[in-house]
Amino acid sequence: MNSIILRTATRFTLPLLLLFAIVVLLQGHNKPGGGFIGGLIAAAAFSLHALAFDPAETRRVIRIDLRTLIGAGLVTALVSGFIPMVQGKTFMTGVWTKVPVAMGEPLKVGTPLLFDLGVFMVVVGITLLMVLTLLEPEEKTD
Amino acid sequence: MSLLVLLPVLIPLCVAALSMVAWRSLVLQRVLGTLGSVALLVSAVALLLHVDREGILALQMGSWPAPFGITFVADRMGAIMTVLAGATGVATFLYSPASVDERRQRLFYYPLLSVLLAGVCGAFLTGDIFNLYVWFEVLLMSSFVLLALGGERPQLEGAIKYVTLNLISSVLFLIAVGILYGAVGTLNMADLALKVAQAEDKGVITAVSVLFMAAFGIKSAAFPLFFWLPSSYHTPPFAVSAIFAGLLTKVGVYALIRVFTTIFTQDTAYTHTILLIGAGLTMVTGVLGAAAQFEFRRVLSFHIVSQIGYMIMGLALYTPLALAGAVFYIMHHIIVKANLFFIAGLAHRIRGTSSLKRAGAVSVYRVSPLTCIIFLVAAMSLAGLPPLSGFFAKLILVRAGLEAESYTIVGVAIVVGLLTLFSMTKIWAEAFWKSPGEAPGESTGGEPAGREHAERTEEPECDSALAGPPTAMMYAVCGGLAVVTVLVGVFAGPVFGLAERTAAELLNNGAYIRAVLGENP
Repeated sequence: MNSIILRTATRFTLPLLLLFAIVVLLQGHNKPGGGFIGGLIAAAAFSLHALAFDPAETRRVIRIDLRTLIGAGLVTALVSGFIPMVQGKTFMTGVWTKVPVAMGEPLKVGTPLLFDLGVFMVVVGITLLMVLTLLEPEEKTD
Repeated sequence: MSLLVLLPVLIPLCVAALSMVAWRSLVLQRVLGTLGSVALLVSAVALLLHVDREGILALQMGSWPAPFGITFVADRMGAIMTVLAGATGVATFLYSPASVDERRQRLFYYPLLSVLLAGVCGAFLTGDIFNLYVWFEVLLMSSFVLLALGGERPQLEGAIKYVTLNLISSVLFLIAVGILYGAVGTLNMADLALKVAQAEDKGVITAVSVLFMAAFGIKSAAFPLFFWLPSSYHTPPFAVSAIFAGLLTKVGVYALIRVFTTIFTQDTAYTHTILLIGAGLTMVTGVLGAAAQFEFRRVLSFHIVSQIGYMIMGLALYTPLALAGAVFYIMHHIIVKANLFFIAGLAHRIRGTSSLKRAGAVSVYRVSPLTCIIFLVAAMSLAGLPPLSGFFAKLILVRAGLEAESYTIVGVAIVVGLLTLFSMTKIWAEAFWKSPGEAPGESTGGEPAGREHAERTEEPECDSALAGPPTAMMYAVCGGLAVVTVLVGVFAGPVFGLAERTAAELLNNGAYIRAVLGENP
């Protein structure tokens, strides 16, 4: 699509949408949100970019190959399950730690967040892989 | 120690994730997958040994206590199934490079295979009925992709039937789980066993149990909704159809056995009679369907259906001996059936065709006597000739049927066994024995025009197989599985002992409930 309005708007909205995706990811433990929805929002943001510019440009912006992203996400989610086993707890038990913050109360960070991060990566990877493949002109495979 | 329950699921999941990361290198994926499946087999054997010695093992995921969290349980039944899944997995990973072309391998073939194994093992080891649904979906999703991977016309045709019917069965399954949850308020299988036994409204419970029967019946390809299987299993590459043939329908049978021994035993006179009728019809339709087919894998596919009938017969008779027979049958069947599909790939490589009507390029019997021996072992075992594993499997079931005085089903089982022998000799004569010059269906002479006609009326053959002479690994896999078949026959005593203990455990769900919910549920 060749529209200067959409392109200019996308330049401004892409960072905002990605930021929103991260907010949704982080608040997921206590409020509506989480890795899945956050991932979908991020994927939607990049899809918008692909529509405004072109899919190849979007792949360049993301930098990391989507297939690697999916794999890395799966590994991250699995690792979050193994962490409690180091402490002798069952697989996937939630383990929490407090991270001191300069101002305000210490932040509680735990393995569920890591799991959500993994889900986030997988959802972004798979959704974009589908969207970008559909947007790209068909290659001759054989 | 309780981690042992989780390993058969975790190992393939980790392998799948790592092979996704290593998507650039097929060699790395192949090595990871093979090592992973070997590790899966080892952990499954360790699990079986532990469970057989020390009793049922349960694990609460994330330390949420049962019945609120997700439980993983390994009893003998689950552990045996995981061992078989591991063995089939190893064979498939070893066979795949010789059977799946590189284009397909590039499309995430190896990660999908690992996910499939994870789904199968998850279904065998979960102690939560909704979780069973989830694992079913995991294995179905990966099987959908594996079946359609490559996108050839016959593949997609088969995949549409496969996907549609399996989705219908999943919906039935989900509805049944919903109604059951509404009726008794729990999803944990051990808790369900308790609550269902105490439930006042038996009518609702029986209705739900029949819904489960329909859902799992479709998944295990039982009569009447079995036709998705023979119309799809002959289309993908041989390695894929071998692992499907070995494992997937047996997950349905496992689910039937699990649900109708551990949970729904309130009205066996009703539910198990339906199962028995279904079993008989499944056996007969499967074997008659096979008699009408002239494609190697289609004949075998119809035989999966008829064999499913034997397993359900064991469950339906619902005596300790019959259940032991069903367990023995599953052990025998998974190995033999997967092997027959692997051998089909081997024969295809040698003859250049899978059709039984079309003459192959060469006579397999002349070129490779070894292939013929391997096929004979597997085929005769399937037909139930002594001293191979299939003979003992059928013997136990027939005896159980006689003891239960269900003479009709015994008669059906014996006749179906004979017809199986007929189908196997048909494959033997047409695909292995016949030399290229001979026309189909006639032992001497015959004009070539008849053959031309047969070729035209036949449906198009799938070319999803690689060409060239078979590799040593193909022989090794087929030979190895044939040796396992012979060993199961030779050591039928100890194997039957294990099957008997498994049946006793299934018929008395007290130990299962105590292992999950603690001593005083």
